[in-house]
Amino acid sequence: MARVLMKGCEAIAEAAVRAGCRFFAGYPITPQNEIPEYFARRMPEVGGTFVQGESEVASVNMVYGAAAAGTRSMTSSSSPGIALKSEGISYCAAARIPMVYANISRGGPGVGAIQPAQQDYFQATKASGNGGFEMLVLAPSTVQEAVDLTYAAFDYADRDRNPVLILADGVIGTMMEPVELPPMKSDEEIAAIKASKAAWACTGHQLDYANRSWIQPGQWDTVKMQQENEKAAALYASWEKDVQVEEYLVEDAEVVIAAYGVSARIGKSVVDLCRAAGKKAGLIRPITVHPFPYAAFDHINYSVCKAVLDVEMSIPAQLAQDVRMGVKGRCPVETCLCSGGNIMSREAVLRAVDAILDK
Amino acid sequence: METNLCVAGFGGQGVMTLGKFLASAACDATDKNVTFFPSYGAEQRGGTANCFVVISDGMIGAPLGDVMDDLIVMNGPSLSKFLKTLKPGGTLFINSSIVDEKDVDRDDVKLVKAPVTELALEMGNAKVLNVIMLGVYVGYTEVVPPKVVWDTIEHKLGKKPKLLPLNKAAFEKGLELGRAQR
Repeated sequence: MARVLMKGCEAIAEAAVRAGCRFFAGYPITPQNEIPEYFARRMPEVGGTFVQGESEVASVNMVYGAAAAGTRSMTSSSSPGIALKSEGISYCAAARIPMVYANISRGGPGVGAIQPAQQDYFQATKASGNGGFEMLVLAPSTVQEAVDLTYAAFDYADRDRNPVLILADGVIGTMMEPVELPPMKSDEEIAAIKASKAAWACTGHQLDYANRSWIQPGQWDTVKMQQENEKAAALYASWEKDVQVEEYLVEDAEVVIAAYGVSARIGKSVVDLCRAAGKKAGLIRPITVHPFPYAAFDHINYSVCKAVLDVEMSIPAQLAQDVRMGVKGRCPVETCLCSGGNIMSREAVLRAVDAILDK
Repeated sequence: METNLCVAGFGGQGVMTLGKFLASAACDATDKNVTFFPSYGAEQRGGTANCFVVISDGMIGAPLGDVMDDLIVMNGPSLSKFLKTLKPGGTLFINSSIVDEKDVDRDDVKLVKAPVTELALEMGNAKVLNVIMLGVYVGYTEVVPPKVVWDTIEHKLGKKPKLLPLNKAAFEKGLELGRAQR
């Protein structure tokens, strides 16, 4: 398979098309405009539908409807736009509708900055809407990984009948990198995926009451509502098997960098620089930021590790809270942070590593 | 081996296109890793634009570093903004038509001059200044073989074949200028 140079946003959109996504609705916002732009051009070529909604709320609810009808569907936005979509996401989670959405995150809070940031960690992993629902949240650190995770996201969503979030930052969204694209699902495969959802989706049913589809973002009956939440909780508890994490030179590390997304690739290059200079650094990179790879932090040798360095483009630190839950007080957790649309610098991470090693 | 390049200039000077041509060539014809990262805020025509290209035999960490091996500046404001990011011993490429050599206040960097604005006007189309500069850069550094870069330009301009002879001449003019200053 020949590699092609693609922008992160465009690669995400193409991966979705190849995974069988045939409905996209979105509303413009920097730095993710290349996603809807790409779909606008691409969907007519594959018999899919692109809609530029009148708002984020309208777009996410169109996806709610299209996915409820059994079509692989997607929306995307960036931080403040994602916040607007939270009602629809919560409804999809409550009604157990499989859909995929991407947050190409930028500075925040509020309208924030249009430049890349990682300020949405808590929103993405803890509460993407009301009601305590959970989702698989996938955080790519290269354009290739953005492609692979987006392609897989549609399978996860269908398997679980649950939304899946691609959490990418503005650097991953706007940078270009060589990628190998996954195979295009055929029309027959896409039809078979849709047919497999007939038991619950609105794919066309007889009018008899017993066999009708019910898409319900809630229950009037308190007993039923509790039962639905118990079923959802059992699903979330089953995700331990889906945890993905990269552990890089952790075993003998005297300092372990913990980072995701673009900060992690910068952190990894710092580890290489340190190792070349004889300094024992390592990296833990959550790929699923939810469920979080807490167990990876048990692989650190705490008799030699001086500290774990949390590196993220967020002030205040957010990822650091999950890192602390993984480290469980076995060594200090330090932070190296930037915010506001400033991009993490390799030199800043190097200095933070040196400061720990020199203690 | 990793090369960090920053290309900076006015919006409209083809700064992004220059970077993309180079990154595409590295992707298409080598097995190296490459990243292209555009950096712009809410820019308008006449504002500044810059992009970063990293070409590496190994894994690429940051797609934009704070220390550059090579720097191409197409206008004066970009020189004052980015010259400090060039590493000692790095190479500075200036559009000497509008960037004054006297403003290069460092003597620890190599300087490659090309009056690309004038040359482009002489060739009859001001827009090809970026292709001339790309030629200068590739001719001087040979970071990617010149033939590969031209193949990429030819492919990208495929829909507008009448622009090819002019761009070919522009690229070759740049190569010549770059090679002469090695």
